Amino acid sequence: MSSAPVLLEMRSITKTFPGVTALADVNLVVKEGEIHAICGENGAGKSTLMKVLSGVHPHGSYTGEIVYRGDTVRFHDIRASEQAGIVIIHQELALVPGMSITENIFLGNEPRKRGSIDWKAAQHRALELMEQVGLKEDPDTLVKDIGVGKQQLVEIAKAFAKDVKLLILDEPTAALNETDSQHLLDLLRGFRDRGITSIMISHKLNEIEAVADTITILRDGRTIESLDVEADGVNEDRIVRGMVGRELDSRFPDHTPDIGEVFFEVRDWTVRHPASDERLVCKGSTFTVRRGEIVGFAGLMGAGRTELAMSLFGRSYGTFLSGRVFKDGKEIHLKTVSEAIRQGLAYVSEDRKSIGLNLLDDIKTSMVAAKLSKISRHQVIDPVREHRIAEEYRQSLRIKTPGVDEEVVKLSGGNQQKVVLAKWMFTDPDLLILDEPTRGIDVGAKYEIYGIIQRLVGEGKGVIVISSELPELIGLCDRIYTVFEGAITGEVTRRDANPELLMKQMTSMKKTPSP
Amino acid sequence: MSRISDLQKNLFGGTASNARQFGMIATLVAIVLLFQIWTGGLTLTSGNLIAVVSQYSYILILAIGMLMVIVAGHIDLSVGSVAAFTGIVVAKTMQEHSLPWPLGILLGLLVGAAIGAWQGFWVAYVGVPAFIVTLAGMLLFRGGNQYIGNADTVPVPTGFRDIGAGFLPEVGPDTGYNNLTLLLGLLACAGVVWREWRARQTRRVMHADAAPLWVTGIRLAVMVGIIVFTTLRFAGGRVGTSFPISGIILIALVLAYSYYTRNTIGGRHIYAVGGNSRAAELSGVKLRRVNFLVMMNMSVLAALAGMIFVARSAASGPQDGLSWELDAIAAVFIGGAAVSGGLGTISGSIVGGLVMALLNNGLQLEGVGSDMVQIIKGLVLLLAVAFDVYSKSQGRFSIIGTLMRPFRQNETSTPVDPPNPASDQDKAPVAG
Repeated sequence: MSSAPVLLEMRSITKTFPGVTALADVNLVVKEGEIHAICGENGAGKSTLMKVLSGVHPHGSYTGEIVYRGDTVRFHDIRASEQAGIVIIHQELALVPGMSITENIFLGNEPRKRGSIDWKAAQHRALELMEQVGLKEDPDTLVKDIGVGKQQLVEIAKAFAKDVKLLILDEPTAALNETDSQHLLDLLRGFRDRGITSIMISHKLNEIEAVADTITILRDGRTIESLDVEADGVNEDRIVRGMVGRELDSRFPDHTPDIGEVFFEVRDWTVRHPASDERLVCKGSTFTVRRGEIVGFAGLMGAGRTELAMSLFGRSYGTFLSGRVFKDGKEIHLKTVSEAIRQGLAYVSEDRKSIGLNLLDDIKTSMVAAKLSKISRHQVIDPVREHRIAEEYRQSLRIKTPGVDEEVVKLSGGNQQKVVLAKWMFTDPDLLILDEPTRGIDVGAKYEIYGIIQRLVGEGKGVIVISSELPELIGLCDRIYTVFEGAITGEVTRRDANPELLMKQMTSMKKTPSP
Repeated sequence: MSRISDLQKNLFGGTASNARQFGMIATLVAIVLLFQIWTGGLTLTSGNLIAVVSQYSYILILAIGMLMVIVAGHIDLSVGSVAAFTGIVVAKTMQEHSLPWPLGILLGLLVGAAIGAWQGFWVAYVGVPAFIVTLAGMLLFRGGNQYIGNADTVPVPTGFRDIGAGFLPEVGPDTGYNNLTLLLGLLACAGVVWREWRARQTRRVMHADAAPLWVTGIRLAVMVGIIVFTTLRFAGGRVGTSFPISGIILIALVLAYSYYTRNTIGGRHIYAVGGNSRAAELSGVKLRRVNFLVMMNMSVLAALAGMIFVARSAASGPQDGLSWELDAIAAVFIGGAAVSGGLGTISGSIVGGLVMALLNNGLQLEGVGSDMVQIIKGLVLLLAVAFDVYSKSQGRFSIIGTLMRPFRQNETSTPVDPPNPASDQDKAPVAG
């Protein structure tokens, strides 16, 4: 590997925003035909570095030098970098949902014949490109009608249509399930064999370990180290050490469960899909939560875990058909979100940016938004109490921000998640449902979020954790339910939980009794 | 440099929204001065100021409601038609059934509420976009006005005219000024001082560093100075004129609605719905109720504005309220509200409304034709919002910062600036 020529070198890149140094003297060397992973906590500067490379931050707005294929390059916008064969695929896919696969692949890059688009050539070329990325679909299918995994492939095909030399993927597998992720990683390996260089930003260390040839670790806007995966014998712990600057003794804080009585019970919960009459998203789900217990919900994407949680939380999803909810032995009714909040339920959404937070708000406004009555008298909000409460949460959850008047949009993912947690802790819930609480969050912040969850159950609350990461569920939960196609297919205690057993129950209707 | 930014921070509160407000007030002052010079001092005469308030209070009243509609993420195109419809219903009823005028006003408000409930129902409970519902309403109620009034004008009784054309009465000793207007000015001064004092108290409780006393002093002096000046102008007009009744209604509405939007749960829910309706819903906000009330409130205010207009012109006619919606919407956007909802303030919209009113008035004083007035108003709206969009893309808004930019060495946010490795990191980012 080390003999391969250098494709890209970024030399002492420094980029400052008013008041913040995002990148300080960062160096990156990418060799031709390798898969180069960039690791770092949120806010370490990975995305900024890629924006500098792709011309989003144009030449002149940073200092330092970019040498690409032997020449010093100065990209003034994204078009310039794309012409040089550098294509970046963002975490949020840039596809037009209402257009077909072909139209998306050639968007902004349409093959022309005598001034109009040559759809015949486009169609033909699209099929070729789809073949290359292993996408088996009708090229006329609308993008909104295919899954996220396939949309990701359309993005890559789009990059190929531009004759890509260097492919940059920002969190490519964040929204994918195991199968699709695996497919994507295989694809990357295939590209490597064909000589296409990839840069990959990811929080999923196991994937990085599996595919990357070289790893560059950033921390606080600086290059910490560059590791050769094979030569240095890199493993996940090694990467984590570089990212956080210390050895993490454990991924989970110490915790001794103190589990009490069953206080929350759901019986035969059945919910219909909002758009389809036949499809059930919850099929007679029955489960319980004890005081002081962390209950996990494992399942593949689309298994119906989020749907279950949201339909419980004030019928926020689908059409309710049947089912009963009991709290402390008494039946309760949760027809609206405000009723659910009053009954002590809290739901922390998996998608904090689009449905968890109002991104226009500042921190303090976000934190009190779900229970304004607590800081109000006669409908009038007391700004002093609001400020004081927000300050308390800022300190106790260790949210990294200069003050609670900052806008939430300026916070990193981990800190935003803490704000959302504070928002729901403020409602004094008895049962918190946390949907993917650590998605898109770095290792250090994850550890802290786990700590917060354990503190909550320590106070006698019940917590439900929905997660797609099995190690997280196994490390954190006292009991795990598995969900498959809307039905609960199993129940595993902490003692018996292992990835194989869970995966088996997550992928089959047959109810496996826990041993 | 840092001293200027400190001063700026202290004088204008330092937050982005305060700085934006400052920017708008500066625009307003600039327009006033421009017209004052251009018209050879006519703009700030007693007679003209009084005329501005009584003539254009309807824009400001509409802007209050429109701000809330736009913050919630909707739009209301029907306000002019609703105003005209309410006007004709009230005028006709008072004329034909000799309804006493106080009941006439009540009837007008009820008509507004009923129309608002109708439009709110379609927007909130059926889910038809407000643009469509109120476009339909625009046609519906314009037609309704002409149907009821036979496309003719209907006069209103004298008592009713007071809400549009009345003034504070002359009472007490002869001071050469209108005493009640003086009292009003005094109350305003006291209010400003009290508010400033309260703000300092609050900051102290929050352990935030309050601005130095002399800064507060300057700020108070400026505000009290403006109030005293305008009070004397309004109180010192032609005998029989003083501060208009419609102005009093307007001030009451501004105070009440500012308080509501800033300090109450209901107000905050409007911003939550406009900022992210799904997040608001999942936080327990009753989405439909908020949308319904916002649309309904708008129509009630439109009805009130319509009645004030009818009262001022002494009759209701088929052309009342034509293109009012555009004035109101322009006022709200000039006042800094976001097109996508979730952002905006009542005070900003009032300043925006004043900009529109003074533009109308100043151009009229100069005898500029309505063709040019429309062209100028269109350009002002476009430029105001463009400036806002631009300053947002450049980071925080800052008039002084914008003016000082060419002289600044440590600015790295704008790509056009040459990179400067000597930028000092320990300096706090320029506030506001």
